[in-house]
Parts: sequence; C-alpha cells; structure tokens
Amino acid sequence: MTMPTNATNAAHALTDVTASDSTLRRFLHGLPGVDAVGLEGRAASLGTRSIKTTAKAYAIDLAISMVDLTTLEGADTPGKVRALGAKAVHPDPTDRTTPATAAVCVYPDMVATAKEAVAGSSVKVASVATAFPAGRAALAVKLADVRDAVAAGADEIDMVIDRGAFLAGKYVKVYDEIVAVKEACGTSARLKVIFETGELSTYDNIRRASWLGMLAGADFIKTSTGKVAVNATPANTLLMLEAVRDYRAQTGIQVGVKPAGGIRTTKDAIKFLVLVNETAGEDWLDNHWFRFGASSLLNDLLMQRQKLATGRYSGPDYVTVD
Amino acid sequence: MASVFAYAPAPESRGVVDIAPSYGLFIDGEFVEAADGKVFKTVSPSTEEVLSEVAQAGEADVERAVKAARKAFEKWSALPGSERAKYLFRIARIIQERSRELAVLETLDNGKPIKETRDADLPLVAAHFFYYAGWADKLEHAGFGSNPKPLGVAGQVIPWNFPLLMLAWKIAPALATGNTVVLKPAETTPLSALFFADICRQAGLPKGVVNILPGYGDAGAALVAHPDVNKVAFTGSTAVGKEIARTVAGTRKKLTLELGGKGANIVFDDAPIDQAVEGIVNGIFFNQGQVCCAGSRLLVQESIQDELLDSLKRRLSTLRLGDPLDKNTDIGAINSEEQLSRITTLVEQGEAEGAERWSPACEIPTSGYWFAPTLFTNVTQAHRIARDEVFGPVLSVLTFRTPDEAVAKANNTPYGLSAGIWTEKGSRILAVAGKLRAGVVWSNTFNKFDPTSPFGGYKESGFGREGARHGLEAYLAPSSPEGER
Repeated sequence: MTMPTNATNAAHALTDVTASDSTLRRFLHGLPGVDAVGLEGRAASLGTRSIKTTAKAYAIDLAISMVDLTTLEGADTPGKVRALGAKAVHPDPTDRTTPATAAVCVYPDMVATAKEAVAGSSVKVASVATAFPAGRAALAVKLADVRDAVAAGADEIDMVIDRGAFLAGKYVKVYDEIVAVKEACGTSARLKVIFETGELSTYDNIRRASWLGMLAGADFIKTSTGKVAVNATPANTLLMLEAVRDYRAQTGIQVGVKPAGGIRTTKDAIKFLVLVNETAGEDWLDNHWFRFGASSLLNDLLMQRQKLATGRYSGPDYVTVD
Repeated sequence: MASVFAYAPAPESRGVVDIAPSYGLFIDGEFVEAADGKVFKTVSPSTEEVLSEVAQAGEADVERAVKAARKAFEKWSALPGSERAKYLFRIARIIQERSRELAVLETLDNGKPIKETRDADLPLVAAHFFYYAGWADKLEHAGFGSNPKPLGVAGQVIPWNFPLLMLAWKIAPALATGNTVVLKPAETTPLSALFFADICRQAGLPKGVVNILPGYGDAGAALVAHPDVNKVAFTGSTAVGKEIARTVAGTRKKLTLELGGKGANIVFDDAPIDQAVEGIVNGIFFNQGQVCCAGSRLLVQESIQDELLDSLKRRLSTLRLGDPLDKNTDIGAINSEEQLSRITTLVEQGEAEGAERWSPACEIPTSGYWFAPTLFTNVTQAHRIARDEVFGPVLSVLTFRTPDEAVAKANNTPYGLSAGIWTEKGSRILAVAGKLRAGVVWSNTFNKFDPTSPFGGYKESGFGREGARHGLEAYLAPSSPEGER
C-alpha cells in the first residue's frame, strides 16, 4: 500500500480492484496480515489503562451517547419498542442531564413505531434489514427488506453480509450486495455492514471483510449480530479500528465502527473507548463514528453514572428495565 | 495525545511500601553497617527525591560476606534438593504476596513505569523462583552428569535496569543448585535487593546463604577478585565485563557474562504491520530502552519503509511519558543523571553524523531524568548510532532489500544478544533465524521472557546462558567418580 496525497484519486483507484473475484482477492489478500497473539496482546494491554474521576465521568456519558439501544426478539411488540424509545430519549428519568442514546435498533416492521417513540429527539432509528441475522435470502428479498425499513423512516440500516459467499471467496458477490443495499438506503439512511466476525473466524478475514465493506461504501463496519457465540471482542474491534484508520489515511473517507453483542459492563465499554482513542484517534470519539450495539450495557452505565454522582451504588431497581 | 479523552491521573499508592530512612548491608542473615561506616543515597529518578541512605560495601565487607557464604555453603549444599526447593517455593510465594509493594518500590527506585514492574518484572521474578525451585531436586536429570555438584560461593553483580529480575535470574538457579550467594546490586537501585534480603529472612532461609552488598564498582571488583569465590556472574556493560574477564582469567572461577547488545528488529514487507509496530515500540521503548536485548536497530525492507515509518511515528505520538507511578504511563524516567547524559551525548553524535532525528511532541517533566522517545532515520551501518549501544529510548532505522542483506546487516555488529523477525511467512522465519548470530531470536514478537527459555549472547554480548535448564549449568560442576571439581 502507498499513501497517496490525493484522496479522490486514491478512492477512484481502489474501485478498480473490485473488477473481478481474482482482482479483489489479490487486493484483499495483499493487505498486511494480522498476528493473532500480537493483536490480542495489544488489546489486552490497552485494557489496563486506568480511567478514573473526570475521565471516567466523561467516558460514561460518551458511552451512553454511543449506545444503539437494541431489541431484536421475535417477541417484540409495539409496546416494548415504545418503551425502548422512551428510554433512549431519557435513559435516566431521575437525572435529565443524562445524554440520550445514539439510536434505537429494531426489526424493520417496528421502524414506524420506533420513529414515533423518539420523535422530536436526537435519537436515530436503526433497523436490521437484509434478512437479519442469517442473511440467507435472495438479494431481491433483502433489498425489499431494506426499502421497507427506509420507507418507514429508518435513519440507519444494519445489514448482514453473506458470510457463506465471503468464505467461499465470492468477494464480488458480497461487494455487489453491499453496493446494492447502499443504493437502496438512498441518501437518507446510513449503512452499517455487519460481518458476523465470529463466523469469519480468522483475523485476516476480518481485516479483509472490513476493507471489502468500506470499498463497497459502508458508512459503518460492525462486528456482529449478537446472535452467535462470539461477538464483539476487544481484539476484533481493535482490528476494525485499524482498518478504518488506514482506509481514511488512504482515501480520505472516514468510516464508523460498531462493536455489537457481549459488551455488558461500563468497565468493558470504557476499554473499548480506550481502543478507539489510542487506535483510530479522537476523530472517532463521537457517536457519529462509533457505536455500541448493546441492550444490557446501558443500565450498567446508568448505575455507574449514579454512583459517580451520589457516591453510592443504587442497584438495578433504580434504573428502568426497558 | 488526545485532548478529547484526557485520562485523569491514576497514581498507584506509595502507601503500600514502607521505605526506611536507612539500610545496612545484609551479611550472614543480619543487616549490618559497612565496616568503614560509609553510606550513599539512592534517589528516585522521576523526582530526584532521596529515598533512603544505604550502607556502602567496601573490601572488608566483601571479605565478611564471602566468609559467611562459605560457612553457609557447607550446610546448604548438603541439604537434599527437595529441602532447598521448599525454601525457593516459599520465597516465590512471598514475592507474589508482596508483589504490589515490590512493584511500587522498584518503580520508585528505578524510574520505570508501574505498568512494567507490575505486569512484567514481578510476575517474572516469582516465575523464576518457582521454576528453579522445581529443578532443585531434579538436578541429576538436567543433563549435566549423574550427580552434579554445586560450585561453592557465587559472586554476582547485577545492573540497575531490572534490579529485582536480574537478582532472580542470578539467585534462583544458584540456590537451587546448592550454591550460596554474595550479590552486589547496582548503586542506583539497591532497595529491592534489600527488600529481598528481608524476604529471605521471612522465608527462614539459613543465615549466610544469601548476602547482599549494596555498593559501587569497587565492591563489585573486590567481590569478583575474591579468591574464595568459585563462580562469578555478571550482567552489565561490555566494558566492565571485559575487565571482569581479565580478573577471572587464569583462576579456576567459573564465569558467565551477560553484556551489551544492539539488537536488530527485521521487518519484511509481508509482516503484520500493526503488530510489527507494536513490537518495535516494545522492543526499544520498554523500560525506556534500558534493556540489553533492546531492538535498537530497526531493519525495514525498503519497499514498506514509508508506510511503516508513518505508522511508527503515529504510534509514538500516543506514548504517554510521565509519572512512572501513574498506571497509564508508558514511558518512565531514565535511571540516573549519568545515564541521561550518556544518552544525550550519543544522540547528539548521531545528529552530528547526519542521521535524521525525530521525536513526538511530548511534555517533559521539570524534575527528574527524562528522555523523549527518539527515532533516527537515514541511518547507515557506518553511523555510530547504528553501532554503539545507547541504552536509552533511541531507535535507529536502517533499510534492506533482500533477506540476505537483512541477515548480513543484522549480524554486522560486535554484539549478538537478540534479534526479531517480522514476516507472515513461516519458512522465512526459520531460514532467517538460523542465520542470525544472536542468543535470542523472536519472531513476530519482541522482548518476551520466560524462565523456561535460555538467555545469553554471542561475541561482545557475553557468554553463558541464564534461565531454563541451560541456566543450571553455570552453577554446577559436572560429576566425576572422585567428586573432583
């Protein structure tokens, strides 16, 4: 890789690599490799940063503002989604200085309800379209899913990639799908591309998928659906942060990162913020560029926030269940 | 450094360590004053605060200590290995129990970040005692004859860069094999060795088995030259090592030397770049580069030079320099004023020779001894900055075009302690590692230590091995039917 000075030319030059499976494979396999031991070691060492007092208060509020408050259950009802929306707008009813979350994340059929629930606030509505979470449907079905969600007012679309195609080396198929979904998002919705890193299995694959997603126009790259055994980890998030950092250096285009699934505690969330701060840098320390896909994280953040404010731990009954 | 997310200071408590205003020498199980009553002060390099006043050993004290060690040797060496192992295990466990206290103490006395003492030094110190405790009753299976015997009294002189770890490397195998010890810690970092003396007492170690003599070079020289010392082990500068070799030559003393280095860190164009950058940082900025096996020469394949240097500079800009007791600090203080001026001189020389100097913007504290992480580019083999050991946070960057050239340049040094290889190609790792004249070759990592892995050098980096099974050899006489030494 070289570091061209002219960003537009570079982005243009990169589109050539998508011409065929073989050119795309050559490009993706030419990316620097990942040494698993070193990557995990770095993630662990950043995890020992000690964040206290003012830094902790700042980190908690920042983390709250980055949460995509999520409900993705078959049993979701309009009532549940409305409750979620209300919580996203005012996460802590006892303390109105608490920032709103970044978004609520729901299935496409709940977008309209969610939109209504957060109306008039800064909270966005994200929807997991494209046959979430398996992604095993025809492209036409996925696109219909996306258009549906966008038409209902979704501000953000979280799409899953076809992991089967990716693992089979059909990179162009994956690329084309992302491009098509991005087009279906139109100008109103930002696109988050979910790799399901647990299924991609190797770090090399995660880096390749990250670049593939970015080349295809992803606004965000996202680790996982939260529906498999291994979801967001400090290591895979660190790797994706390196990818967006390198991509911006090469093309001038900034892409967001969203770890999702398995981040439950304030301590964990702060570790992720340290990863962002020291890997991609402060430009990403904003909910436009970094998100947490989490449902149970928010309550722990709220309890820690109350602890900092009052000096006492309150307990789960002092934050709302939904 | 990020301004948006500024970490609040997170200092480790000094309250966990109780430093007395003065310390004596540790001879025959007691803390005693120096025979001539001399004392010296030990300061904290990050603040220049005087931590304590320590008795300064002289020739008479060496005499006393060696005598005590000789006397203790008779009983200690006669103990069954399994008994010696119990003491070593006990010491290891006490070190673990007191590890926070020792980590803070080491950081205060040495200037290195608490992150390193807590996460690297102390766990390794305990691990070495545990490891050699395990060997104590299995010496006949170590491959040095069926009934290997201890040598006698070991005179050990250690440096200031890893005070407690170097002590562990020396004392653990010596005791496991049945030798007794007189150890001289460096004059700038005597405290953790004196705390170790206290641990020996806590463990009930018989008197005289371990003796600690804080002091200067003269005490070290007297110890090395003492006729009743059977084994000399030294870690430190090559210049002093040569002097010691001259002193010991012609005597029947067994000698191991672990001296300077100018380690090459070779990055091939197919390397895992992000991890290589971390490894380079770890290789040269760990312990402010005051590491004999530091990867102080970066050999990067020309085709990725620009990309790698950009990444490296960006990474260096995130290093946090400052209060070593702060848990978020990456770079602490230089150990002494003397060392700081040595680094400064060598760096100025590098600039004068035409190499290009670069440092990230970083605030330097007003008191204490500090040196910003420094990169030299446009360096060639002919520059002294590529040849002399700086022993500070200074990296020289050279380039190569082919694997053969990389090997030739890596080996083209009077030293041979360590090297690193970064490539995704396994066959290249094996091929290159086999050609490097270095005691340790790390691949896709750097500065990793483990008691089960031998450590030592070629050429001016010394001889003999420490750690692992190999480390036992330096303290054992091969058995013979008559039991001769």
